[in-house]
Amino acid sequence: MLGKLSWAAIPLDQPIPMVASGVVALAILAVLGWVVIRGHLPYLWREWITSVDHKRIGVMYTLLAMVMLLRGFADALMMRGQQSLAFHGQGFLPPEHYDQIFSAHGTIMIFFVAMPFVIGLMNFVVPLQLGVRDVAFPTLNSVGFWLTATGALLVNISLVIGEFARTGWLPYPPLSELAYSPGVGVDYYLWSIEISGVGTLVAGINLVTTVLKIRTKGMNYLRMPIFCWTTLATNLLIVAAFPILTATLAMLLLDRYLGFHFFSNEGGGNMMMFMNLIWAWGHPEVYILVLPAFGIFSEVISTFSGKPLFGYRSMVLATMAICILSFMVWLHHFFTMGAGADVNAIFGIATAVIAVPTGVKVFNWLFTMYGGRVRFQTPMLWSIGFMVTFIIGGMTGVLMSVPPAAFVLHNSLFLVAHFHNVLIGGFLFGAFAGYTYWFPKAFGFRLHEGLGKAAFWCWLVGFYVAFMPLYVVGLLGMTRRMQHYDVPQWHPWLIVAAFGAALIMCGIALQIAQLVVSVRRREQLRDETGDPWDGRSLEWSTASPPPAFNFAFLPEVSSEDAYWMFKKRAREQGWSDTTPEYRNIEIPRNSPTGFVCAFFATVMGFALIWHIWWMVAVGALGAFATFVVFAWRDHDEDTIPAAEVARIDRNTWALRHAVLSREAAE
Amino acid sequence: MSTIALTDAHYPGTVSAREWSGPASKRIVTGYGFWIFILSDMVMFSAFFATYAVLLGQTAGGPSGHDLFDLRSVAIETLLLLASSFTCGLASIAADNRSAIWFQLAMAVTCAFGLGFLAIEGKEFASLVARGAGPSRSAFLSAFFTLVGCHGLHVSGGVLWLLTMMAQVVAKGFRPDILRRILCFALFWHALDIIWIAVFTVVYLLGSAA
Repeated sequence: MLGKLSWAAIPLDQPIPMVASGVVALAILAVLGWVVIRGHLPYLWREWITSVDHKRIGVMYTLLAMVMLLRGFADALMMRGQQSLAFHGQGFLPPEHYDQIFSAHGTIMIFFVAMPFVIGLMNFVVPLQLGVRDVAFPTLNSVGFWLTATGALLVNISLVIGEFARTGWLPYPPLSELAYSPGVGVDYYLWSIEISGVGTLVAGINLVTTVLKIRTKGMNYLRMPIFCWTTLATNLLIVAAFPILTATLAMLLLDRYLGFHFFSNEGGGNMMMFMNLIWAWGHPEVYILVLPAFGIFSEVISTFSGKPLFGYRSMVLATMAICILSFMVWLHHFFTMGAGADVNAIFGIATAVIAVPTGVKVFNWLFTMYGGRVRFQTPMLWSIGFMVTFIIGGMTGVLMSVPPAAFVLHNSLFLVAHFHNVLIGGFLFGAFAGYTYWFPKAFGFRLHEGLGKAAFWCWLVGFYVAFMPLYVVGLLGMTRRMQHYDVPQWHPWLIVAAFGAALIMCGIALQIAQLVVSVRRREQLRDETGDPWDGRSLEWSTASPPPAFNFAFLPEVSSEDAYWMFKKRAREQGWSDTTPEYRNIEIPRNSPTGFVCAFFATVMGFALIWHIWWMVAVGALGAFATFVVFAWRDHDEDTIPAAEVARIDRNTWALRHAVLSREAAE
Repeated sequence: MSTIALTDAHYPGTVSAREWSGPASKRIVTGYGFWIFILSDMVMFSAFFATYAVLLGQTAGGPSGHDLFDLRSVAIETLLLLASSFTCGLASIAADNRSAIWFQLAMAVTCAFGLGFLAIEGKEFASLVARGAGPSRSAFLSAFFTLVGCHGLHVSGGVLWLLTMMAQVVAKGFRPDILRRILCFALFWHALDIIWIAVFTVVYLLGSAA
């Protein structure tokens, strides 16, 4: 009846997961209780859960990423704590638990922090920057988000019911085969990534179509903001790479569930094929994460330097070059597997070549700042911190692209330090810059500057204190994923690294404080003009937060930096006096399809993990029925009447003019 | 009062005719997005093809394609699928001409061909398993069953979609959104044909020759 599921699946004898999940469960219950008692449930259902508005979905993606960041960071703290204590001892985490923690940390950080963070920001910003009212497929967008949430939920359920994988964030066979990982841990991993992978693919198709087909009039390719270009490159990579991940994990699932022999020791299976396939996805994935961050930095640096981006066209070219090159370097993840000197040399050179377009970008950012009137607000601090930090990470990457060096450094903490260096210094700083930069657009008020800066410094210093020692212990010969060790030279460095993790924790605490303080003081931090940073692209031309329809009239674009040019013209020629004729606007109607579909996907995923076959059938039927019901509806759009559009739009512009003339008077 | 001045009305002549003319129509957006989905599906199939190529010789002492494949039934499968693509094209023409009867007829024939294909494939799979040449026999057979079975699963999904579209046309008529879905379905069905040509060539023709 319940497959492999029994009371034994709940780890009652392990205090850490029990206490952690107990606290989380209490927090969730408290939030739910508050929502229900205060009567917010209908509002949440109507305005958020069933929303197909790209702005709302973008915010929900970002929120998911931030909540998951707390979970992933808790894992990180435990790992740093364990390694600082486990010298000549066992520390506080038994090996099988420690293995689950580093596996969950990597899985969560990549799939449920980094991915939703960039997809959320792209979702929120790109239609606004393109000057349009929505993405190409609004309801699918909602389905994609909720499927991602399903994956995150399944990973977190594994904390309480059963176990998570002990195989690392990429489940290398033969360890991940049934013979060596008989528990449900690997199955939790596989099904949550398969389900959220479908969500990611949907988001990718949606955003590629949006950028290529849904731009406002005059928005030629070479007038798009760089963030739209990096969005295009990233989503092309998603469309081309995620199907490989889906196929590879499907093969591992077939091995585990039906006794196939893709990657097994016996029957002619080939486990080296898994490395090739998984990294054919995995390396593009790195650029899926970092390209949007590059786009954010381009927007932020240009805005806060008060200058157009230096070398716009070379930036576009560099972005697309990275997009293509990223598919030609996967083998550098396993130089030591034995492909031979010639193959290793080719992939080593290809890897080093990626540094060229990346270097172009760094110089473009520097030259953008050069001669500009640079304002050192929080987003700009993250950007400068990024440039310094990312260059170090890039250098160690080029170092390891040399195969003989990789033979020495592979699987060591030097490698771990390298990829945290590029992921934190590249992706995460970019995500935080974007979060601070676009927060006022999303909610209508800015984030507290002082706390933001304090958080930045904690993160920056904490990062260096936490990860520079890992480079050192890597060079001292420490391999990754060690639960305990006996080498006295490593110990002091690992204590320093744990201290760095504590500094980062202060940074996170300050970010939470920043959010709370900003919400409480939102009236003082209100963004009345919709353009708090003196922005350059079209998202700043509408109100903060933008109305459901984004723009009462689709703007018409005649140059790069569309809104900047518009402001310039308005200053020179004055504001236009004509009153345009407002028209009805149709916006896509809300739909619970995404939520219901993800509910059934959760049921199905859970049932598959535990071999509860009848429940699998229920989930599959439910998901199919949801789509048929959705396909049967007759009205897929709501109309906002012209009078309402006029009222909202006039309000916005009256407010903006009042502020502008008040500022002019001052 | 002053209002938004971002539109052409205020700065006439700034947008020339050669420039991007604004968001594409729903039909184009839907078709384009679906093409991109098909491309992603092709990438997934290419992963299975690559795997098949790697594992082709890994028979673990068991039978190889030469011992197993029956080209006659594969030829019938191919004919059925190609014919179904033709009738699917007829259904598209019927939809363009708003002819419900011809649409339903052409779709029904497409469905019959698709089911015929699935029946033959199912029989082939069942006989292989019965002869001890199931997917867990060797890595080669794992790759074979997965590649061909993945295509078969797509055809099954296509049949479900086809029946849904027939019902939708009965219930809703040729509304613009229904027509867009018919367009996507047709793209999907034809794409499965293209993949089958590759399966037929790489798996069956080359496999029998070896």
